[in-house]
Amino acid sequence: MTVQSPLRADGPLIRWGLPVLFGIAVLTVWELLVRQLDIPAYVLPGPLAIGEALVSGFGSLMGSLWVTLRITLLAFFLALVLGTGFAVLFTESRLAARALYPYAVALQVTPIVAIAPLILIWVGLDNAEAAVTILAVIAAFFPVLANMTAGLRAADQNLIDLFRLYGASRWQIIAGVRLPSALPYLLSAMKISAGLALIGTVVAEFVAGSGTSTGLAWRIIEAGNRLQVARMFAALVLLSSLGIALFFVLSALEHHLLRHWHDSAEKGGK
Amino acid sequence: MSTSLLTLNNISRRFADGTAALVDISADIETGSFVSLVGPSGCGKSTLLRLIAGLDEPSTGSITWSNGQPDDVGFVFQDSTLMPWASVADNVWLPHRLRGVSREDAQPLIAEALDRVGLGGRQDAYPRELSGGMRMRVSIARALSLKPRVLLMDEPFAALDEITREKLNDDLNDLWAEHQWTVIYVTHSVYEAAYLSTRIMVMPARPAAFVADVPVEAPIDRGDGWRADPRFAQISADVTAKLRAAADFASHSGRAS
Repeated sequence: MTVQSPLRADGPLIRWGLPVLFGIAVLTVWELLVRQLDIPAYVLPGPLAIGEALVSGFGSLMGSLWVTLRITLLAFFLALVLGTGFAVLFTESRLAARALYPYAVALQVTPIVAIAPLILIWVGLDNAEAAVTILAVIAAFFPVLANMTAGLRAADQNLIDLFRLYGASRWQIIAGVRLPSALPYLLSAMKISAGLALIGTVVAEFVAGSGTSTGLAWRIIEAGNRLQVARMFAALVLLSSLGIALFFVLSALEHHLLRHWHDSAEKGGK
Repeated sequence: MSTSLLTLNNISRRFADGTAALVDISADIETGSFVSLVGPSGCGKSTLLRLIAGLDEPSTGSITWSNGQPDDVGFVFQDSTLMPWASVADNVWLPHRLRGVSREDAQPLIAEALDRVGLGGRQDAYPRELSGGMRMRVSIARALSLKPRVLLMDEPFAALDEITREKLNDDLNDLWAEHQWTVIYVTHSVYEAAYLSTRIMVMPARPAAFVADVPVEAPIDRGDGWRADPRFAQISADVTAKLRAAADFASHSGRAS
């Protein structure tokens, strides 16, 4: 007997309701504890105070959110283009792969915080935003490169033979077989990469510090210096929301693009 | 009348690691014939088919086409080799697309080819929505839509169940009887070969020349009547015995290289 109860473990009520309920419970306990124990607002503000800071600082926070979002999206886009471009180069030319791949790995394993001061000196003096974008691209680039390289190589060899048999050119094979075959790999790389672009942007903004950068990270530093802890939390809430929103948009995109042909899209893109 | 389509002259194929896949293969294939290549797994049947298709080059020897290599060779792989991201009609369109034929111009050919394999109503379906047998039909429709004069098939029905395979064998025989293409058909099923072919060539387990070349005298258009024919049983038994002898020969003389 399969009763379509809304309380099934995978039903919408449980899937959406349970996390929301849990969140409300945690926030309530948090608020009560802060009040009960008289914790000062500069150590740990309650959720209500954070909400208040969010509302009162809405204008400036949204402005900063937009700065961070703009840089994140630009860096994400550049990482996609560069990652895909280099992946195509690497699969088409073994020599290029041999020569360049180690440096791509080196770029990936070097902590972004450590490169940031250098990039900021080179580029950031004139244009802090460009420096931040470059750092975010470096952070977001590698998953795209690695996944796309795997995806392009995973293309069905018989299908490639079939294209050759019917006289396809090298570019027709790349565009007609390799890139579509790699699409599922690209989409799962995008979900990781978008998060890394956001992290890269925020880290770079932190290092850039001073008033030249006006993203959310700067708001957090600024509020920290003034001991406006509620405002720090408000900026954090916006940052997480941004990351979550990116993830969901990309999941929806993945589901939409793969729904006809890929098993991973079968159960809904999450 | 029978005219030669292509000649295989002492073909050998050795891979980069030194393994011989084919040694000393010679044959003359006639226009309009249905030739089955039968042999145990790993005997080089598929390699030979790839050489004929031009997907690979022989290490020594040559392949001579009497009237030049046709540019409309159809190839059907063991799995359906469809693009999972494209609809059935777009998959059939592929060979035309690669020749610069627009979707509109190719549409009549696409529809005709799909009708012929009984999938006229599934043009907009995606491969994953189809059963294994239906996907194989799409793959065949794709090869047929070009109206190829030569059709190369590499164990196309090996992964299908018995009933579906028989049905597709009937369809294939109808199509061949209707159009008189030349078909070169790789299979490890003796019965399939005996049902479809005008000629069965047996390859040994280890790379060497063909061990048998069995003509099949049978009506062009076959069916259950031919399956029940004593000659069908006789040819099947004959080819099976030759395959067995070839396998024994291989096991007694040890593995090559």
